[in-house]
Amino acid sequence: MKHIIAGIGLAGALAAAPALAQETKVIGVSIPAATHGWAGGMNYFAQAAVERLEATYPELDFVLATASDPGKQVNDIEDMVATRNIDALVVLPFESEPLTGPVQAVAASGAWVTVVDRGLSQEGIEDLYVAGDNSGFGRVSGEFMASQLPEGGKVVALRGIPTTIDNERVAGFESAIEGKDIEVLGMEHGNWNRDDAFTVMQDFLSKFPEIDAVWASDDDMAIGVLAAIEASGREDVKFVLGGAGMKEMVKRTMDQDPMIPANVTYPPSMIATAIEVTALGLVSNAPVSGEFIIGSVLVTPENAEQFYYPDSPF
Amino acid sequence: MSDTTTLPRPRRALPSMTVIGPVLALVLLVIIGTALNPNFLAWANVTNVLARSAFIGIIAVGMTFVITAGGLDLSVGSMAAFIAGLMILVMNAALPALGVGVPLVLLGMATALVAGLAAGFLNGILITRLGIEAFIVTLGSMGIYRSLVTWLADGGTLSLDFTLRSFYQPVYYGGILGVSWPIIVFAVTVVLGEIAMRRMVFGRHCAAIGSNDQVARYSSVNVGRVRLMTYVLLGLLVGVATIMYVPRLGSASASTGLLWELEAIAAVIIGGTVLKGGFGRVWGTVIGVLILSLIGNILNLTDLVSPYLNGAIQGAIIILAVILQREGKAGA
Repeated sequence: MKHIIAGIGLAGALAAAPALAQETKVIGVSIPAATHGWAGGMNYFAQAAVERLEATYPELDFVLATASDPGKQVNDIEDMVATRNIDALVVLPFESEPLTGPVQAVAASGAWVTVVDRGLSQEGIEDLYVAGDNSGFGRVSGEFMASQLPEGGKVVALRGIPTTIDNERVAGFESAIEGKDIEVLGMEHGNWNRDDAFTVMQDFLSKFPEIDAVWASDDDMAIGVLAAIEASGREDVKFVLGGAGMKEMVKRTMDQDPMIPANVTYPPSMIATAIEVTALGLVSNAPVSGEFIIGSVLVTPENAEQFYYPDSPF
Repeated sequence: MSDTTTLPRPRRALPSMTVIGPVLALVLLVIIGTALNPNFLAWANVTNVLARSAFIGIIAVGMTFVITAGGLDLSVGSMAAFIAGLMILVMNAALPALGVGVPLVLLGMATALVAGLAAGFLNGILITRLGIEAFIVTLGSMGIYRSLVTWLADGGTLSLDFTLRSFYQPVYYGGILGVSWPIIVFAVTVVLGEIAMRRMVFGRHCAAIGSNDQVARYSSVNVGRVRLMTYVLLGLLVGVATIMYVPRLGSASASTGLLWELEAIAAVIIGGTVLKGGFGRVWGTVIGVLILSLIGNILNLTDLVSPYLNGAIQGAIIILAVILQREGKAGA
């Protein structure tokens, strides 16, 4: 009996030996599934980054898992630790609260932890934090709105799914238009969804006889808003400001569509930044801990070409 | 003794609460809406609400038959998303060969109807021939269709070619005498559904199976076939709804048709159809659909409650509408 166990142990050691010789390091990447446009783009950039890095660094191995709900994401992460013994975890938490515990456990096991976009509910767990700037996103949007309506005006706003992200964006927007002569007639949740935004905009058009501009705050919602305006035949809405830089909408800005004069970035490719920097930390001596905040930039017809990625699904 | 037998009589003379409950709720909503915003009854708002109810409405008519026959279908929302995605892919692919025109749109419509029929047939066969619970089969196909559309769209959005979309758009926005096509199709579906439920053998068989399938079988009703037909009919109607949906925004993504199945089921139940089966009311389903759409519309048109609470208001009204119609039953 003892002999057999020793044999198994030996076989195990032999199997692990080549891996040890090359010192293969495993990076786990856990992200939400592609359930909407932005997440689809994020999935695309994550896969592209993994493919590129696997080709560049043979000593790195990647495990990519997509989850459709927080529970599945927790399972994914537990599996990565148990079966793949990951050296680093790059995670874009589905929700902050339920993921905090499991990610903390990964950090406690000694693995490197990179948190992307949505922060955990407890500070100091992650080694690296890569995120977009949500209040900056709202601020840039608000400043553009104010600059386009110098004599003041009436606007309506569509909000996303009720989350911290959405609250920060709206707070940024509101502080940017404070003191300017801009009246926000109404704000409703369009849930970052085209159909919901279409419905909400139809109702805004019924409710308010005059609207100067719309802050759709997201390109998917902007598409629904534009369809509703078009169907109503109303001429009073001068422009719609979306956000996040969907390729079709950036293209329209590039082509100088007067209804889409600008866009504000919130790049889904930030996941690629996070994976690349994490990989860099594992293969080199370059220090990469800390925070990496990717600013939101105003896209105008002049610079739109730099933000147009025809191959991305988003 | 005589007291107890005479008491229910005056109540029977009135139409029972199960019938007028949903209608009362709808009338109440219209009154509230009008009081809160004068634009509520404006023609533009009325047509907006009716047109946006059409998708769920057309599907809910089919759902009425499925539920009446004691079944359930959770897959309709993802099925609609999948069919929409498929339709867009087929139309875009055939664009170079056929060019923008009526034949291409007809091809798209045929794709949707065939895909709907096939999807409904598949659900129905698994439920009737293999005898698997409808809840489980359709829960499974719900996940399958949702993943398929995400996969077809590569995680992003499938969009109809722009010129094609402009050509196809009148199917949602156009109409006859200011009544748009979705409303007309919805109305026709309801009338046909009502006739099938009330006047045709099919409707009576559905009710018989739903109340007791053993008895129905002994009464020489082909239980398996009628059940299968309800799912096929529902699949076909999902196809019809998709034909109306695609021209609206010309796109389909993983978030298309999210939770439509629950809205359709809720509308059917609010309308007085019994969730356990055995009794169905097509016109009641229409009232249910309108109640659900109007709540959202009224909440958007007013600033009464925080938008965070929209879901709570909707939930409360759904439960209230069902309590209203159960009142009569408890007394009977």
